Amino acid sequence: MAQRIDVKDVNIYYGDFRAVEGVTMTVDPKSVTAFIGPSGCGKSTFLRTLNRMHEVIPGAYVEGKVELEGVDLYGDDVDPVAVRRNIGMVFQRPNPFPTMSIKDNVLAGVKLNNRKISRSDADYLVESSLRGANLWNEVKDRLDRPGSGLSGGQQQRLCIARAIAVKPQVVLMDEPCSALDPISTLAIEDLIQELKKDYTIVIVTHNMQQAARVSDRTAFFNIAGTGKPGKLIEMNDTATIFSSPAEKATEDYVSGRFG
Amino acid sequence: MSTDTTTKDSTEYTRALLTTAEPRRRRTDRIMAGLIWSAFALAMIPLVSLLWTVLFSGAGRMSVDFLQYSMRGIFGGDPSGGIYHAIMGTLIITGCATLISVPIGILVAIYLVEYGRGPLARAVTFFVDVMTGIPSIVAGLFAVSLFTIFFGPGARFGLIGAVALSVLMIPVVVRSCEEMLKLVPNELREASYALGVPKWLTIVRIVLRTSVAGLTTSVLLAVARVIGETAPLLVAVGVTDSINFDPSEGRMMTLPVFIYRQYSQGQAPCREDQVNCVADIALQNAWGAALTLIAIVMILNIAGRLVNRWFAPKTR
Repeated sequence: MAQRIDVKDVNIYYGDFRAVEGVTMTVDPKSVTAFIGPSGCGKSTFLRTLNRMHEVIPGAYVEGKVELEGVDLYGDDVDPVAVRRNIGMVFQRPNPFPTMSIKDNVLAGVKLNNRKISRSDADYLVESSLRGANLWNEVKDRLDRPGSGLSGGQQQRLCIARAIAVKPQVVLMDEPCSALDPISTLAIEDLIQELKKDYTIVIVTHNMQQAARVSDRTAFFNIAGTGKPGKLIEMNDTATIFSSPAEKATEDYVSGRFG
Repeated sequence: MSTDTTTKDSTEYTRALLTTAEPRRRRTDRIMAGLIWSAFALAMIPLVSLLWTVLFSGAGRMSVDFLQYSMRGIFGGDPSGGIYHAIMGTLIITGCATLISVPIGILVAIYLVEYGRGPLARAVTFFVDVMTGIPSIVAGLFAVSLFTIFFGPGARFGLIGAVALSVLMIPVVVRSCEEMLKLVPNELREASYALGVPKWLTIVRIVLRTSVAGLTTSVLLAVARVIGETAPLLVAVGVTDSINFDPSEGRMMTLPVFIYRQYSQGQAPCREDQVNCVADIALQNAWGAALTLIAIVMILNIAGRLVNRWFAPKTR
């Protein structure tokens, strides 16, 4: 069951600095939503507020409401750890745990939380997650080898397997392909298409072709100048954003006239 | 204009461009290399000479008996004494000091790296730095006066020495463990948080696990730093010729203090007809103990390397 996210008038701060201002949007379940925009416009920052990873940075905080199926993630009684279990995240650079084998990396979400899991359940979870991340056939014979011995693209898919092994409802991806070659990128993009059947996917990307290829809806963020807060300029169906956007800035950006 | 073959002129021109000798830079390079090598050699001279002297002077006294007997009932030039009591004292007191300092030191390092913000963290860092500079005799006197409060004047036992050594050890453990924890990439912490792992479990299972090799090295360096301390143990633990395994009761001998005592004894008065009397036995004992102390530190280091290799992240 994928879940819907409603963001209402969110401002995001790093200490005194307001990084993102006045964002209101809806992220549909079982779909891929892409965030595009120039560097420093706050799309990654905004993504990190969706699973309360933003506040990990000292001095960072968020104003406004981020509602998951009507529950405010920033409500007083909400546990950020539970939020992150429900909303997984894949980072820009593949970051498998260097001390763990491939198998243990997939099971990290279970094992690190000191939860007991039977051997057969663990094997099933490892296989289903690695299959879900299109990595099973490549690593099934070396599950006990270290995860850091894989190639960059494989590591990134391992990180996706690790994220979906926790069984989240939403998966956030922060430029998941920017460190990968075109073939690995293609593998990840195919995977995103698969994943959207079960999950709500939000992806930040610098690659506009990628946004056009994989996403159903696209949000364009922009920044007025250095030191100014980033803003959501426009959000619409991907086809509309890339063919007939309402804002001139969006059109300039997607047609490559700036950025 | 494009040509099909390389002309002689362009070859010459390119060669001149690429092989510019720049004699000045070459000379500077050679001078600096020479300087660095001689600095290295200069630094090696005392080290090699020290190791050689200790090995040369201490090896003669080394024997199974020397390592297995204490000095109880040994007088004058009698060569049948040994350093067993001092080895045990050193191991027990340093072990207790390690047990006290490592948990405190690692917890403080975790606080500074993972939690510490603002004035409290700055104050802790500042006082840790100040502690690094405490003269060891002051640490010994501190421990003695601390225990005097509870046990009255004249108390001398192993734990007092362990506390004195901890005062010297904790700042070393904190600073080096802090550096090791900082080396753990932040991405791993974020990856763990993003899986819904609470902060404390992330620290225990990811941060400490990833840096365990570095932490072991830090602890061993700190042990090596204090295992040769003499002054604080002299005032806090006193001296004895007998074996004492109990750090909570009675005086204890340690290797550095033993070395100092033997060295200050000087020559033994031996009559010419006296058998079983070696005039310079005290000096020989001191050298033998010094060699043993260096060997202990080296064994600890080798053990640390093995632990490192065992825990280091593997890539294949």
